[in-house]
Amino acid sequence: MLAETRVETPTRSAEPELAPAAPIKGRSLWQDAGARFVRNRAALVSVIVLVTIVLFTFVGPFFAAWSIEKIDWSIIGMVAQKGQPSLATGHYFGADEVGRDLYSRVIQGTQISLAVGILGSAVAVIVGTLYGAVAGYFGGRLDSAMMRFVDIIYSIPFLFILILMLIMFGRSFVVLFMGIGLISWLGMARVVRGQTLTLKNREFVEAAIATGVKPLAVVFRHIVPNLLGIVVVYATLLIPEIILLESFISFLGLGIQEPNTSLGALISDGAQTMQYGELWQLGFPLAFFVVILFSFFFAGDGLRDALDPKDR
Amino acid sequence: MILFVLKRLAIAIPTLLVLIILSFVLMKVAPGNPFTGEKNLPRDVLNNIYARYGLDKPLWQQLLEYIWNIVAHFDFGPSFKYKDRSVNEIIAQGFPVTLTYGFWAFIVAAGIGISMGVIAAVKQNSWADYLAVGVTIGGQVIPNFVLAPILVLIFTLWLHWLPGGGWNDGKWNYVVMPVIALSATYLANIARITRSSMLEVLHSNFIRTARAKGLPGWKVVTKHALKPALLPVVSYLGPVFVGMITGSVVIDLYFSTGGIGQWFVNSALNRDYSTMLGVTILLGALTIAGNLVVDVLYAWIDPKIRY
Repeated sequence: MLAETRVETPTRSAEPELAPAAPIKGRSLWQDAGARFVRNRAALVSVIVLVTIVLFTFVGPFFAAWSIEKIDWSIIGMVAQKGQPSLATGHYFGADEVGRDLYSRVIQGTQISLAVGILGSAVAVIVGTLYGAVAGYFGGRLDSAMMRFVDIIYSIPFLFILILMLIMFGRSFVVLFMGIGLISWLGMARVVRGQTLTLKNREFVEAAIATGVKPLAVVFRHIVPNLLGIVVVYATLLIPEIILLESFISFLGLGIQEPNTSLGALISDGAQTMQYGELWQLGFPLAFFVVILFSFFFAGDGLRDALDPKDR
Repeated sequence: MILFVLKRLAIAIPTLLVLIILSFVLMKVAPGNPFTGEKNLPRDVLNNIYARYGLDKPLWQQLLEYIWNIVAHFDFGPSFKYKDRSVNEIIAQGFPVTLTYGFWAFIVAAGIGISMGVIAAVKQNSWADYLAVGVTIGGQVIPNFVLAPILVLIFTLWLHWLPGGGWNDGKWNYVVMPVIALSATYLANIARITRSSMLEVLHSNFIRTARAKGLPGWKVVTKHALKPALLPVVSYLGPVFVGMITGSVVIDLYFSTGGIGQWFVNSALNRDYSTMLGVTILLGALTIAGNLVVDVLYAWIDPKIRY
């Protein structure tokens, strides 16, 4: 592997450092990538922001003055005047149109959006990696059949099928989830297959085959672990895409249903009430949404720069 | 070339069939149908209704007739919800609207996006470049359903410049915001792609030669650099097309333009299965056709990718 022998060039790091000669220690591929990632300021800040948001969604509820469903009857009908964000009423982010506390709702929405993104991405990673690795490794007719299948599914406008499914089988979390999973593993399968094609002719695979390891075991024990870098990158970039997709569907009113909520659903509600001057109902969910997406994109980009062997 | 087109067609047609069959089967296996409502209709009445909509025949026959009607007569059947209209009428009413602002959004995204990318690349690290990069990053994380409310907030509620919704036969001020909201993401992406590929081209040898010949700077760009730099943009037009079709659903819904997307969501919420199916198939077919056209276009411009 190239990474072990790579020499730090002065142009790469901002401050030229002349460390006293320490005993030479080997660095693993992952340590190398980690160092590259940490040097990328935008990516590092993004990760810190993301971790903060995740922590906030867990710690935040303890400071909430109102629960998710509790309706504040004292402001009903006068949300525009009395429901503003304020510390005095305990509605830190204001109240929503029916008098519920937006602070708690935003926390809940953020949690659900993140969960959908991360779990959806995990489904895509598992299915896509296995599918792509098997297709790539075994090659030949199996490969063409499997990838042609992906081609066909890929060119179907799946968003419409997903909406169709949501209507037909009810707008539940499970259906939404399965639908998103169905769409998003395809890209992963393609990427993984491509990578597998280059991996399978490497010496270590040859060695494994020569020592009599069974084909499927070669795939799972030798190919898949080596795909980890590229898979991590694409998974990170997939999360914001899935969050976007879920928000899109929730915005149309077809996604997450009450009493649950997601950032997309909150944005949709806020977009409808902003004409009464209740801007906070759009502003807070929107801010969380944009910050989360930004962070994931930057983090994904940073990871790609750190892990993708092509850019070294 | 012809072989390539045929090959692509050989994928497109089965894809379309899969789409039709998949949506049709989904519609049929769903529990209940639009006529099993809260009131329990007498058996005879139900049977009459089923006969009217052809629901009494076996599933495979319904499917075949459905496909045949589309292929032979371009007929999507009657709407389940609006008793006096057919799906065709609904499509005929909504589609021109979608097409109008979709067309303008495409022009805006491609036109401004490409110019922006080219200027950013030619004047790298100038304020124009930073502006373009800023727009690019913003456009990537601000999807149309976020941009639409923000636009309404600014231009309708604060500035009172533009109407916040409606269509009014496509009067210009009703079209502006839908076009901006729909095109922004793609404008940003086109600008980004153009910028990076233009930069790459500008650093290549034949551009240096052109400059060495003494050609003026802008002529080098328009005559030599532009065409190769636009190749990746052309390949991105497919996703743009698909994205705009999906995005039109949001635009229609948010701006109440009365386009096809509004019918799609309403039919989805009303369980008007036949309208939903018709619109899904129409938009799906458009997507597939759009991809096909872009692929062929790309192969025509760049013979290297024909396989």
